[in-house]
Amino acid sequence: MRVLMFGWEFPPHISGGLGTACYGLTQGLVQNGIEVIFVVPKAFGEEHSLHKNLIDGSDISIDTSEELLINLPKELRYLKIRSEILPYVSPETFDEAVEKRMIELEKETTRQKSGVKGRKFQFSGGYKGNLMQEVYQYAMVAAEVVETSQFDVIHVHDWLTFPAGIAAKKASNRPLVAHVHATEFDRSGNTVNKAVFEIEKSGLKAADKIITVSDYTKKTLVSKYGINPNKIQTVHNAVLPGKALKPKQNVKSLDEKIVTFLGRVTSQKGPLYFVEAAYKVLQKFQNVRFVMAGSGDLLKRAIERVAALKMSSNFHFTGFLQGESVNTMFAQSAVYVMPSVSEPFGISPLEAMNANVPAIISRQSGVAEVLKHAIKVDFWNTDAMANAIYGILKYPPTAKLMAIDGKKEVKRLKWNESAAKVKTIYQELIHEKI
Amino acid sequence: MKKFCLYFQVHQPFRLRGYHFFNIARHHDYFDDPLNKRLLKKVAENCYLPANKLFLNLFKRYHGRFKIALSISGTALDQFELYAPEVIGSFQELVSTGSVELLAETDMHSLASLVSPQTFKAQVNQHMEKIGYYFHQSPAVFRNTELIYANHIGKMLAGMGFRGTVAEGVSQLLENRSPNHVYTSADRKPFKLLLRNFPLSDDISFRFSDRAWDHWPLTVDKFLNRIDNMDPSHEIINLFMDYETLGEHQKKESGIFDFIRNLPEHVFKSGVHEFCTPAKAMEEIAPAGQIDVPEPASWADSEKDLSAWLGNDMQKEAFENLYALEASITQIDDASIINDWRYLQTSDHFYYMSTKLHSDGEVHNYFNPYRSPYEAFINYMNVVNDLTIRISKKITKKEAIHQSDHH
Repeated sequence: MRVLMFGWEFPPHISGGLGTACYGLTQGLVQNGIEVIFVVPKAFGEEHSLHKNLIDGSDISIDTSEELLINLPKELRYLKIRSEILPYVSPETFDEAVEKRMIELEKETTRQKSGVKGRKFQFSGGYKGNLMQEVYQYAMVAAEVVETSQFDVIHVHDWLTFPAGIAAKKASNRPLVAHVHATEFDRSGNTVNKAVFEIEKSGLKAADKIITVSDYTKKTLVSKYGINPNKIQTVHNAVLPGKALKPKQNVKSLDEKIVTFLGRVTSQKGPLYFVEAAYKVLQKFQNVRFVMAGSGDLLKRAIERVAALKMSSNFHFTGFLQGESVNTMFAQSAVYVMPSVSEPFGISPLEAMNANVPAIISRQSGVAEVLKHAIKVDFWNTDAMANAIYGILKYPPTAKLMAIDGKKEVKRLKWNESAAKVKTIYQELIHEKI
Repeated sequence: MKKFCLYFQVHQPFRLRGYHFFNIARHHDYFDDPLNKRLLKKVAENCYLPANKLFLNLFKRYHGRFKIALSISGTALDQFELYAPEVIGSFQELVSTGSVELLAETDMHSLASLVSPQTFKAQVNQHMEKIGYYFHQSPAVFRNTELIYANHIGKMLAGMGFRGTVAEGVSQLLENRSPNHVYTSADRKPFKLLLRNFPLSDDISFRFSDRAWDHWPLTVDKFLNRIDNMDPSHEIINLFMDYETLGEHQKKESGIFDFIRNLPEHVFKSGVHEFCTPAKAMEEIAPAGQIDVPEPASWADSEKDLSAWLGNDMQKEAFENLYALEASITQIDDASIINDWRYLQTSDHFYYMSTKLHSDGEVHNYFNPYRSPYEAFINYMNVVNDLTIRISKKITKKEAIHQSDHH
């Protein structure tokens, strides 16, 4: 069985849990005997080493023959440059990020009047780098991929790839699986972007089956998108085996215990609740350091708040961490806190627990459904959060038990088991088609 | 007749390298040597060396009639020593003409005057020693970092034996009086103040190459014409600015060096005006009144207060954390720790954390190694936190030794 999968990012170039989840899922599928063709809009060159069947969307869009590459150098360069694809940004933020580059490209853009080899999609003269157009362009690339690939089922991840999935389904008449890692309501709270919401709805409607990463997300799809619950199946995320950390020698350079927030510093992730909880802990206990690892639009406010509360000698900011730095951070941490306001799943507590770090997680998260050995609090309840942090710091037996049992629990969450569920879904769909 | 009092500030901070949280309690090399070296070399080439050469020629031509005052911060002198020793030689040659009065300041170009009389006095003495060592002068006039002045600072300086200080000629101090006189401090009568004529100083230091400015291009004749139209009772025109104005902030191509070159010639041609330096002016000109400044004023930005360095919570937090170490620092004798603590006091570190959004933001960005004030704050606090750990380890060790001695 072969699946054609559309994503937006793949390790090591990830901006959130989506890339990590896609990577884990593809590994699990391969173990279950499924071939995966993974398409991303812009490959950076390193992904190939992780997964060989990775197709770079920007190569596909102009064909891969040498001759065409030579004939269409402008388009190629153009596509390569437009790589600011961030799955969780709003179209508005994306516009800003691309704006600067687009100014540089202005001249080039005006020259691109003609379509690429008269194919299905055209670059219009007034092209502006915005996320919506990227999304639809990706869909057109998808239709081309369909023509050159053999596969049994199509699998798409989140709204950015939904138009691609719809196009691929139309072109191939193969069943479509829409995998929801986050909805517009998780990302934007109540100020949803209408266009994004519409894309989500049409993708969910076109899908033959929907996979959600949690029951929490399933509920959102039913209540906010009006989807029939029978069409939705929850498949929880898992953790890659062998990724367990061997704490390096001398990694702990600080005497104090470290309490860590690791994630995007955006309202969805609840970073300011972490700051308030830290303040409450410090009123009782000073032998502790808090670390906010990550970047995002609330970072400035978090920094200002920490300065105003005069706790900078116990509260640190690392900026965005990835790869080995994440491991280093976990290896130094005594407690991991995920105070998310709305978290469809939340893979990082699993990474923390896999690294022997006790986790405090928000009840408003999908991961809370699969974890027993983590402390669960409501994100707004900073008293409870502070109390849990204090308890783990002050009472070593609690910390020890949480670390040991938590790790065991995480080890049971295997991607090949999640992938097996996905495989069953594929089989059912293919069977229905026949 | 008016006296022109020219004073230039020479200063460079030790900028921090990107110091990540992971470095805390591991690495203690805080300063970005390659960056500091590169910037110093650049400024030396654009400003210090050509400006010194220009002044040297002018001093030789006018035999003591043309003179200026310079204040060279201790961090700048340290950087010359480290990265460009020829600059020290160049300043020494300039000072040896006898046409340069050197001013005293805090060795670290710090804000210590606002928080600790003890550290403030220590740093002033350290600077005086450096000036004595390099230039064989003993300054009689003090200039505080960024011309920060308040009554309590005047009091400290008078107690330390200074004749007077220089300050910004702003309304907080003058209350509608002219900056073109000599004043005394409110509670220490013999202590004198020279006040910067900021419109005229800024014509040179900020607006000189601004083509949108209606006085552009500024010629010496135009400049002197404005002074000739002033009230004849005004005795002194204090033109205070960064030395880096010459060739760095205002590029060579703007004609800034020609302006300076022509200035003495035109002044002497007038037959009425002359040049003086601060100590002499304080001695010769009778005070016109008292200056009473309860709250600190400075020459920075349009607010002319402390908001450029201590305006937001980040700046206050960083400042408080740094000076919270003062008491512990006095208990240890580790030269590298003490030196790091001193270099962290340079006002520029706090300036980089400013969140003020107005035209002065451009000035804040000059030689600023950070992309945002938040980054500046995080980086600085990481360093201060590492320093704090080093200090407390030293003290714990010392106490342990002390205890074992007792037993």
